[in-house]
Amino acid sequence: MTWRFVNNICLKLAAHSVLFLGGLFMVLPFIWMLVTSVRPPHEIFEGSLLPWPQEFYGWGHYQAALLNVPLVRFMLNGVLICSVILLVQICVAVPAAYALAKLHFFGDKALWIGTLAALSIPIQVTALPIYIGLATAGLLNTYFAITLPFFLSVFAIFLLRQAFKTFPDEIIHAARLDGMHEFEIIWRIVLPSYKSTLAAFAVFSVVAHWNDLYWPMIVISETRLAPPPLGMMFFANAESGSDYGALMAGATLLTMPLVLVFLLARRRFIEGLTMSGK
Amino acid sequence: MTKTSLTTRQSISGLLFSLPSGLLLVTLYALPMLCLFLLAFTDYEMGNVVIKWVGFANFNQILKDPVFSRSLWNTLIYVAMVVPISIVGGLLIAVLVHARTKTRSFYEVIYFLPVTSTLIAMATVWQFLLHPKLGPINSILKLLGLPAQNFLGDPTLMIATLAAIGIWQLIGFNMILFLTGLSSIPKEIYEAAAIDGVTNPVDRFFKVTLPMLGPTTLFVLVTSSITGFKVFDTVAVLTQGRNQSEVLLYDIYLEGFTYAKMGYASVLTLVFLLIIVGLSAWQASHMDKKVHYA
Repeated sequence: MTWRFVNNICLKLAAHSVLFLGGLFMVLPFIWMLVTSVRPPHEIFEGSLLPWPQEFYGWGHYQAALLNVPLVRFMLNGVLICSVILLVQICVAVPAAYALAKLHFFGDKALWIGTLAALSIPIQVTALPIYIGLATAGLLNTYFAITLPFFLSVFAIFLLRQAFKTFPDEIIHAARLDGMHEFEIIWRIVLPSYKSTLAAFAVFSVVAHWNDLYWPMIVISETRLAPPPLGMMFFANAESGSDYGALMAGATLLTMPLVLVFLLARRRFIEGLTMSGK
Repeated sequence: MTKTSLTTRQSISGLLFSLPSGLLLVTLYALPMLCLFLLAFTDYEMGNVVIKWVGFANFNQILKDPVFSRSLWNTLIYVAMVVPISIVGGLLIAVLVHARTKTRSFYEVIYFLPVTSTLIAMATVWQFLLHPKLGPINSILKLLGLPAQNFLGDPTLMIATLAAIGIWQLIGFNMILFLTGLSSIPKEIYEAAAIDGVTNPVDRFFKVTLPMLGPTTLFVLVTSSITGFKVFDTVAVLTQGRNQSEVLLYDIYLEGFTYAKMGYASVLTLVFLLIIVGLSAWQASHMDKKVHYA
């Protein structure tokens, strides 16, 4: 009995040390980012290994980052881009998903097969032709160009169609008999039952587009239109690694919004990000 | 209301509801895919007025292109490091976290943190951590009496360094998928196994847990591989492909958008598409009815 007890303690200790060491690897970049952002320049330059600043530098690096680089602008761009994309995705995908789940119409099979086929095609594949189209139309360096390829989320159609399938037909029939139009049925009867699916998708979409670099890098070259990742890249290139204090302050500011939302709504956040494999 | 009028009404509604999606599906997927296939057989460069049909010339060229073979090789090495380590690591962490009661959510937050953070911002942090002179990692190496390493400049270290960052970002994601899989294993199976004499935790893991996690593991394997083949952000910020550290997507980006060689970049894109679609198809053929959509 005592041997078993000791054995248990040892196992627990081993488990915790593995988790702790691994966890340290996970959070160390975050800790170092925060510490460096309040560390005076000479300490950074000496390559100080202390996990805290010897003398607190205050908000100097944050001021420098905000003054030299339009960080606020990048974040507002991010908010605007993510909101437009999410709104259009929902308005486009919800009716189509309902139609695929509950209605029979000409071309329903084709739309479903097209949706499934498009699921495995990432933006990096269609980027080239879409870029040529936008460039020919003279639409590069616009918010429209950043958002256009994502107006259709085949993943949203897929996800919502599977969800709507489970909605009881009797309720829809009853609503039809009450004289409700299909469009009303979607938004007022069906969709309210799937708020959590919608919320999970919203997290998925916003995180993906807040963090996306590939597409913005292709269609945007003007600083004023850059979403956070592209802005961060302009920033890093401009600093060319000289002012790490300001860079770390900038990185902190740009990472903060999503990390805060994650900490506040952990369950929903994890649900949203893991429901597909990115 | 008669039955026919109801079905016609439904049919019209269905068409109207799917019209925006249908149009976007054509403009954002079908037409671009068609263009991509056609471009692959041309010498089109951005701004060209005349487009010449060159047959399979672009396809022949990729076989002789050292940058392409290097980027493909680098990507494969990257995937070969990131996929196994992030899967085995993610599974190990998941099993350990699953057994915790009080500290479970604490560890979940810690390991998931890199998944939520903006990779570009964190890449600049890694750049600082790995800096040859100012970075703490090299300071620690020096303290231990080891030579400092130029992690992001030394060709023999660059891909491994990028892979380490890839693992750092992916391991928490895989952990969560495995945690979902672990939660769905019925307790009765463990009880039955205990009656059959499987009491040792290690035996229990290999005889019960691992086989039950089959569908989850397949899903994690495919999604991790796809994420691995899509490596781009860290390369764009940290190495820009210098010192022969190109990866597939970065090569496509350079050929297509920096050098504007659209025809050639289309062929490279088709190679990338083949890999991604191949992985998805392989997953679809193995998953049939036992899918665990996490």
